[in-house]
Amino acid sequence: MADLSVPKLKLNADAPTLAVDVFLFALRVLLIFFAAWALVGTIAIQVDGGGLTATAWRDLLVGGLAQGFMYGLIALGYSMVYGVLGFINFAHGEVFMAGSMSGFFVADALFDNGMWVNSFPLAFAIVMLTAIVTSALIAVIIERIAYRPLRGAPRLIPLITSIGMSFFVQYAVRGLVGDGFKDYPQLPAGLQQRVSFLGLDIEGIKLFVIATAIVSMVALWLFVERSKTGRAIRAVSEDKEIAALMGIDVNKTIVTTFAVGGAMAGVAGLLWAMLFRKVYFLTGFLPGIKAFTAAVLGGIGNLVGAMLGGVTLGLIETSGPRLLNGLAWKVPTLVAFVLGAVALATAVIGVIRVRRSDPRTVGTALGMVIVGVAGTAWGFIVLPGAQVVIPGTSQLKDMIAFVVLIGVLMIRPIGLLGEKLAVEERG
Amino acid sequence: MSRRMKNFRHLGALVVALALFAAACGDDTTTTTTAAGATTTTAGAVFTPGALGAVTVAPGAPIEIRALQAISGEVSFLGTDQVRGAELAIADFGQVDGHDVNLGTPEDDLCSAEGGQAGAQAIVAQANVIGVLGTTCSGSAAAAAPIISAAGMVMISGSNTSPSLTSDLAGTAGSNWYNGYYRTAHNDLYQGATAARYAFEELGLTKAVAVHDGDPYTEGLATAFANAFTALGGTVTIHAVNKGDTDMTGVLTQVAADAPEFVYFPIFQPEGDFIIQQKGGIAGLETVVWMGADGLITDGFLAIPETAGMYFSGPDLRFGTNASATGTNYDQLVAAYTAAYGEAPTAVFHAHTYDATVLLLTKIQEVAVQDADGTLHIDRQALRDALNATSGFAGVTGSLSCDAFGDCGAETISVIRNDDPTDVAAGKANVVYSFAPGA
Repeated sequence: MADLSVPKLKLNADAPTLAVDVFLFALRVLLIFFAAWALVGTIAIQVDGGGLTATAWRDLLVGGLAQGFMYGLIALGYSMVYGVLGFINFAHGEVFMAGSMSGFFVADALFDNGMWVNSFPLAFAIVMLTAIVTSALIAVIIERIAYRPLRGAPRLIPLITSIGMSFFVQYAVRGLVGDGFKDYPQLPAGLQQRVSFLGLDIEGIKLFVIATAIVSMVALWLFVERSKTGRAIRAVSEDKEIAALMGIDVNKTIVTTFAVGGAMAGVAGLLWAMLFRKVYFLTGFLPGIKAFTAAVLGGIGNLVGAMLGGVTLGLIETSGPRLLNGLAWKVPTLVAFVLGAVALATAVIGVIRVRRSDPRTVGTALGMVIVGVAGTAWGFIVLPGAQVVIPGTSQLKDMIAFVVLIGVLMIRPIGLLGEKLAVEERG
Repeated sequence: MSRRMKNFRHLGALVVALALFAAACGDDTTTTTTAAGATTTTAGAVFTPGALGAVTVAPGAPIEIRALQAISGEVSFLGTDQVRGAELAIADFGQVDGHDVNLGTPEDDLCSAEGGQAGAQAIVAQANVIGVLGTTCSGSAAAAAPIISAAGMVMISGSNTSPSLTSDLAGTAGSNWYNGYYRTAHNDLYQGATAARYAFEELGLTKAVAVHDGDPYTEGLATAFANAFTALGGTVTIHAVNKGDTDMTGVLTQVAADAPEFVYFPIFQPEGDFIIQQKGGIAGLETVVWMGADGLITDGFLAIPETAGMYFSGPDLRFGTNASATGTNYDQLVAAYTAAYGEAPTAVFHAHTYDATVLLLTKIQEVAVQDADGTLHIDRQALRDALNATSGFAGVTGSLSCDAFGDCGAETISVIRNDDPTDVAAGKANVVYSFAPGA
């Protein structure tokens, strides 16, 4: 033990200890191992003929994309607000719900007078406009009464205010429209049928959701990247004080940011209602949390990242439970043996290299020992008994999504497309 | 130094407060025990109470029973409906040996274990209560039954259906079964068995999927169905969703991968709505036969266009001319209900609680021993024995007979088919199959 060159580890009071480093690294190795196992297992089951059919995979992917693009649309609002103000606006999920809810009342009225059925595109445009305007308006009002008075306060303060705002909007809506589910009218037959797109039979409504979401996202991207106001938003998110010195009206820019983010949530709210046809005062809560997750996954503050994060999350949610079944792949004994041997060999090499005292080596070694033992035990003891069926995997879809989030953040703490912030921002 | 003193002073004050609180609690208990002891002593001359003690009702005093029902929250319509059933039964039954019956203020079971426990404790603190009508939810009953049972009281529920509260119908007590628990609702095992029989024997389907949402009720029912269907010779896989899920693409795709002919999803709204509305988007489910359970027999669900042709299992509500021991049949009960509360019944279990109340009062009357001055002695053990011996008791819901674990329900389960979502009432009345295990 004496020749472990301890000084290299910088074991002082501030630095993380060796044990923490080793543990985190081992955890990363394990996460990657299980992800790889699930993937390889799923493919192996598929090759064996025990997997899903091509049409089933198509349904999973299309469903995941539709869901994911809606998350992406909501995530844009989280990301934009974080960009300019540096805090998470937890009331954004409620902005989404408000758009959905206001759209319902207009859609219901238009259904009653026949317009929804007779000229659906026009009716849809009216409902869409209502949802967008309501959401943008509510987002702006929230900014004005709840966040602007707190400008310059420590970041925790507006964060907590936003949680309060979230409850306020939820229960205000409940007070106004009651706590029952509001059922959107039936969609026109054309949207319910499958349409052929790029050789795939896709449900019309899902294709419609995906297309609308993409168009909205491209419009937003052009707005932020190409317009003068967009440039102002980017300037404010870089540095509020310098932007103000350059003649940018910071307050106006922040209001614009909230309005645009709210409008995107309004679009998402309407698409959500078209797809799921039900809305009530708590509809915004879970999608809001998921979209926030998507924004973090993609790299908060980055618009393309928000979309990418949303789509990734949607795809993991629908196909993750299926991939989890891959863990139950009845692995050939040879594969288990090779895996165990490689893992144990790596571990032994790692332990020898411990002399160099690199936490990564020790962590890898620890991770590989666990992998080797687990893999061998799984391959030799658990699986040969009977084909393992993991029950109720669909129930675990949220858990899987969040495990993936944690995994991504452990390996890449700034998210998929996140940029390192040069200076810690002030709220 | 003075600061330390101050701290100690606070500590002292806290200790005193705690002591006072403890003393107050202690006092309560003492009073109750003394009262119970005193009653048995005075009654000793003519009446000897059994192992569980007895309740003495003074001349002119009412007989105390209580309701423990979900009267707030999402399912308050179920609990309120049953409280009304109990009130109507008490009014119809009239006095018991010259004593009024007092239902008191209903306790709230909150449809949760916490609510069941708190409500049961509030009830057993009143030593003169004889029986409890409740709970609404099985989860509450699991927490309330041990407390009610330990206090020597009895409880009769009109809507608990979990097998764990009684037995597996094959002689093994459920994990939450306690002496003194009874119910006039059906046991879920019968409902699961009915759904399985209908699918297997009547529709001739052999490959099924059951979907639950993790709730003990839905999971129990899905499992009961799976066991019954497997016993008949079919194959079943079980899938699960979460409460709060909206996107069902994932679970439906996995269901489709099992290529079922029949899907039984005894869950609730809105998850049930999402499943039935999204099934059209999944390849491989086009010819599947869908069946829900009583949780989905609501006007809102039956009106969804996609439910056309769907089946539902649930307790058979065609009570016909069955007359209760009070002489009331179901039509008269509904008329009395509407007259008394200004609205039609909001759920189905008022009839079961009506029967539960009449059963309880009848058995109290049966075991009550009356002194010359009108004082009534009700032996708790004798009451349980009398309830256990219930056989062929006439109720609005049918003929009630209690088994050794408290299952007293008439247990007829029916299957309905929703042919036309625009006519919900016709769908509810369209009974295609009916099964009474006891018959």
